Order: sequence, then structure tokens, then C-alpha cells
Amino acid sequence: MKLYQSEGMGKSVTGEPTTQPATALLVLGCPQVPVQTSIALYLINRLKKAGIVPTVAGNKAANTLLVVADPERHYLGEVMDLDRAVVQITEKKRDFDCCFVFIHNDAGVTYAGTMSAISKAKVYTIIYGEHYEDLQKQIDFPCTTIAAKAVHNPLPLKKALDEVAPWVA
Amino acid sequence: MGCVESMNYEIVLRDATFKESRDYIKKTYAEFRDVLPGFKVFDTHVIGLPPIAIALDGDFVIFPFTKPCHGTFLLRVEDKNEAARLRALKK
Repeated sequence: MKLYQSEGMGKSVTGEPTTQPATALLVLGCPQVPVQTSIALYLINRLKKAGIVPTVAGNKAANTLLVVADPERHYLGEVMDLDRAVVQITEKKRDFDCCFVFIHNDAGVTYAGTMSAISKAKVYTIIYGEHYEDLQKQIDFPCTTIAAKAVHNPLPLKKALDEVAPWVA
Repeated sequence: MGCVESMNYEIVLRDATFKESRDYIKKTYAEFRDVLPGFKVFDTHVIGLPPIAIALDGDFVIFPFTKPCHGTFLLRVEDKNEAARLRALKK
């Protein structure tokens, strides 16, 4: 299991350093493009196997698609409302070591730019859908981009994700 | 951003890209402030690519509001106190 100790974290009350698992936030977009739910579950599984604790943040529909698909929570951990995640990160009540933002429209780019600005997390943009190339051109903030033309078939996006293997970094 | 739904707002732009909404503000309104993502307007933390332009027009505050499935809306809300608070921010 990969263990991680981020800056300013992982100290016990006695001051001794402790190791805490790395954390990841998955920011879901509108679930109208089918590959999102599939890739999110795949990524969650890879992160968990690497010892990274994933949290999902999306709107009600995006979250419900995952919760219904994984009723016994074999893959899913914490699931939270996207607006609540933004508030908690902005108010410095919470942050993550890495953040994956799912993007298939302009709103996705907007949320990714927001996360890049408000969070200390390493940001990964996962870009897909018919217009993935146009969306890639809009990314002008620091992040690692994982992109593929994927709408119904998740395999091109899975391949792009596997090539980057963010769970290994 | 739950409180936005309960505001008495007017939609200035609908289904816009974030860039379109920013360009619209800068082209249409003489008075605006640039803020960073997460900045609080009313009880809402604004989402957007920095810098986010928020316009002031008399007692009206015009700001972008992004939803994952519906893109960015530009909302216009009348609030004398909030307009004064934003106006007091340094440009």
C-alpha cells in the first residue's frame, strides 16, 4: 500500500511524524456523457488499490449514478455535493493531495480552473466527449491533461488514463 | 450555492461559456471588479477561471453562476449593501 505524508499533515499529538494515506477528489461533470461514470469507478478502484483515499464530488445526478451502480460501496468511499466541496476547499476546511476533474463541456473547464486556483492539490483534467480537442485548448492553468475522444466507449479514455497512471505518481 | 435559487435574480446571459460571460461584463458594464475563484458574492462562492469579473450597475450586482449541466449564467441581483461592499474593494 502506498502511504503518503503531505506537508503540514501527518503529525501526531506528540509531534512525531505519522504517515497518512494520500487523498484524491474526483470532481464529476454533468453525467450526460456515458463514459464518466465508468471511468470514475475505474479510477476509484485504481486509486484505492494504490492506497489513495478517493472522495467523489458531483451534482445529484452524477453522484446518484455512482451510488446506484455500487450499492454495497465496493468501490465508492465518500460522496459529497460539488458545491459543498467548493465551499470546504475555499474556506480551507479541507483539501486533497490530488484532484481529478471530469470535463466534457465549458462548465467542466470552469470547475477545473476553480480547483486549480483554490486547492493545493495536483490537478488532473480528464477530458472526453465529441469536443475534447476544443476543450483541451481552453486549459491555460497548471494541470496534467488526460484526453480522448470517448462518448459511449470508455476504452480510449481508459487507455489515456493508464498511460498517465496518476495512481503511481 | 443553494442560496442563488432563492434570490430574486434576472438572467442576463444564459448557456454561455465562462469566457463569453466575462467578455460580456467587460464590454457592457463600466464598473467591475476582478476576483479570484471562491470569492464570496452574497452567500455564494463564485466558480470560474481567474480573474472572474463581477460588474456593478447602481445597486445591481452582476456575476457569473456556473452549473455542471447548464454552463454559465450571468445573473443580475439588486442589493444595495452587497454592491457597496464590492464597490469598496480595491480595483
